[in-house]
Amino acid sequence: MTELAISARALSKRFGDVIAVDGVDLQIPTGQIYGFLGPNGSGKTTLIRMLCGLLTPSGGEVRVLGLEIPAQAETLRRKIGYMTQKFSLYDDLTVAENMQFMARVHGLSHRGAALRIEELLERYALSSMRQRFAGAMSGGQRQRLALAVATLHAPTLLFLDEPTSAVDPENRRDFWEKLFDLSDAGTTILVSTHYMDEAERCHQLAILETGHMRNQGTPQALLAQLQDRVVEIAGDHLRQVKERALRLPQVQSAAQQGVRLRVLLRAGTEDAAGYLRAHLEDRDLKLSNAQPSLEDVFVASTSGGKHLPVHSVASAPSPPRNSSSCHAIA
Amino acid sequence: MIVMIPLMQLLLFGYAITTVVRNIPIAVVDNSGSAVARAITEQVRVTQVVDITHYYATAVEAERAIVAGTVRAALIFPENLAQRAAGGEPVGQWLVDGSDTMVSAALLGLRSMPLHLEAGVPAGAYQAASPSFEVALFFNPERRSEVNIVPGLTAIILTMTLTLFTAVSLVREREHGNLELLITTPIRPLELMVGKLVPYIFVGIIQITIILGLGQLVFNVPFQGKLLNLAAVTLPFIAANLSLGLLFSTLATTQMQAMQLTFFFMLPSILLSGFMFPYDAMPQAAQYIAEVLPATHFMRLIRGVFLRGAHAGQLLPDILWLLGFTAVMLAIATKRFRKSLD
Repeated sequence: MTELAISARALSKRFGDVIAVDGVDLQIPTGQIYGFLGPNGSGKTTLIRMLCGLLTPSGGEVRVLGLEIPAQAETLRRKIGYMTQKFSLYDDLTVAENMQFMARVHGLSHRGAALRIEELLERYALSSMRQRFAGAMSGGQRQRLALAVATLHAPTLLFLDEPTSAVDPENRRDFWEKLFDLSDAGTTILVSTHYMDEAERCHQLAILETGHMRNQGTPQALLAQLQDRVVEIAGDHLRQVKERALRLPQVQSAAQQGVRLRVLLRAGTEDAAGYLRAHLEDRDLKLSNAQPSLEDVFVASTSGGKHLPVHSVASAPSPPRNSSSCHAIA
Repeated sequence: MIVMIPLMQLLLFGYAITTVVRNIPIAVVDNSGSAVARAITEQVRVTQVVDITHYYATAVEAERAIVAGTVRAALIFPENLAQRAAGGEPVGQWLVDGSDTMVSAALLGLRSMPLHLEAGVPAGAYQAASPSFEVALFFNPERRSEVNIVPGLTAIILTMTLTLFTAVSLVREREHGNLELLITTPIRPLELMVGKLVPYIFVGIIQITIILGLGQLVFNVPFQGKLLNLAAVTLPFIAANLSLGLLFSTLATTQMQAMQLTFFFMLPSILLSGFMFPYDAMPQAAQYIAEVLPATHFMRLIRGVFLRGAHAGQLLPDILWLLGFTAVMLAIATKRFRKSLD
C-alpha cells in the first residue's frame, strides 16, 4: 500500500445553515496529482481550505502529511504550498519583489532565496519580466508567478485551487506540463477544477457536488464504468428527439453536440442502442454506441438533473442529490 | 450603530464641552509667610477659576512646574507683602503659561479681582491697587492662538491619518485575498503586526516634520525645545495611533467598517483631548474618557516640548502611558488575529 499524503474521514463543514462539505472521505496517495472535479459551489475550495488548516472542520478527522489538522496546522504550513483561487500576490509589487517577499516570509536565507528565485524565474519563463508589476501581467503569467511562489520553499504537497480558470488553453497545457514535472520530482498535488480536459490529466479524481463526494477513482476506471451506456443519435429534428428521449425512464441525460445527440443511459441498461431504438420509434435516426467522455462520467455521477442514485466504481451507492432522501438511506 | 452613536456622542460632548474655564491647576509660592497671603489665596481659590494643587518654596520651582505642565500658573507673593498692601501696590505676581489663550484669558480675568485684606472689611474696600496682581505671560506673550493650535493640530492630523493607514491595512489585504496566502505561510501574527506598523512610523515622521516645519514657517510658531525631546514624545504617539489602527483592522471585516471605526474615534480625539477646549474645564467623567485617548497625552507632550521647552524626562508619565497603550493595543490585535478563515 502506498503512503497517504492526505487522509480524511467523514469530513464536514457547515456555515450556519449551509452545509458546504458533507461527510467526505479522502485517501490521497503521495506523489500523485489528485483532482477535485465539481461545479461552482460544490465545496472544492472549502475542502482545500480545511485540508491546509485554514478552516476548522465541523466534523470528521483529517491527517495531512502525517499531521493532525487543524491542531498541527502551523507545522504543516512549512511543508505545503497553496495557490489560491483568486490571484493573491501583491499587484503593486514586481515579480521579483513578490518572490523576495514570500521567500523572506518562508524564512529562506538571503543567499538561498536569491538562488531559488533565479531558478524559478528561469523555470517558469518569468526572467524577462522580473521588473513587471504583478498587476500588469496577463492571466497566464500571473498563474506562473503564483505557482513559482507556491513552490518557493520546495513544498512536498501543493494545493492548487482552480489554478487555470483565467488562462487560455495553450497556457493551460504548459501549466500542466509544469505540474507533471513537479509530480515527477515527488510532489503531491491536489488540484481543483471544473474543466473536463484538466480532470482527465489527473492520476485520480474525486467528483464533488453540493458538498458530497459523488465518485472517485482514476479517470480510466471512471470511464470504464460507463462503457456501453453512451449512445449517439444522428438524424433530423434532434430537439424533439431529445424531448422524447428524456421522458424514457432509463435515460439519464441527453445533450446535443452539433448534428448529434449524445444520450447517457442509466447503469444496468443492457443494449443501450437497442433500447433507444425500440422506444424512440423513428426509423430515420442513426444510433451508435459511443466512447464515454469524462463529461459523461461527471453527468452520470452528479445525476445530471434527474434525481436518481448512481453507482460508483466501487459499486457503493452514492448519496442522491437531495439530502432528505440521503438521510433515508443512511 | 445608527441610533446609539449619535445619541452617545451628543450626550457626551454636550456635557463635556464647555468654554467656561474653571479649576485651572495652579501653584502658590508664598515668600511672605503672612496671614494676608493666606487670606488672598483663599479669595483666589473661592473664585473657582483656579484649583490650587501645589505649594512651592521658590519661584524657580514653580516655573519648572509650569514648564513640566504640572500647573498652568503660579501665584507668587513677595516677602514685603504687608508693605505693598499698605502702599496700595499689586500684592502678588502671576506666572502664567500663556500658550493656551483660553486659559490665560481666564487667569488675566483675575488680575483686577477685588480683594479684602483684613477681616471685617468688605470686599472691594481695598481699592488702592489696580490691578491687584501683576501678570507675566510666558511662552506666548502676544496671546496668539495659533501658537497653541499648530502643535495641537499635529495630534489631530496624526491621529486621523495614521490610525486610518493601519485600520484599512489588514482589511484591505483580506479583501484583496493577499491574507489568505499570507496565513498559509509560517508567518507569526506578531511579525505580521509589527511588519504592518513599522513602515508607517516613517510616514508619521514625515508628516510631523511637514506640519511643524510649516507651522514655524507660515504661522511663526516658536520652537522652544530640542529635536531629541520632540522625537521622544512623537514616536510613542505615532506607534500608539498605528497600533490602535491595527486593532480596528482586526475588528472590521471591510475597509468601510475600518474607516467608520476610525471616525468614531476621531471626534472625541478632537473635542476632548484639550485641542479645542481646555482639558481642565471639562467635567471629571469626560476627563476620564479623555485620559484614554492618546491625543490627550500627546497634546500635553507636544505643547510641553514645543512651546515650553520641556524635557522628555519631565513629561515621563504621558510618554509611558503612550508606550503602554501601544503595547496593549498590539497585544490585543495580535491575539485577535487568527491564522484561519473561520
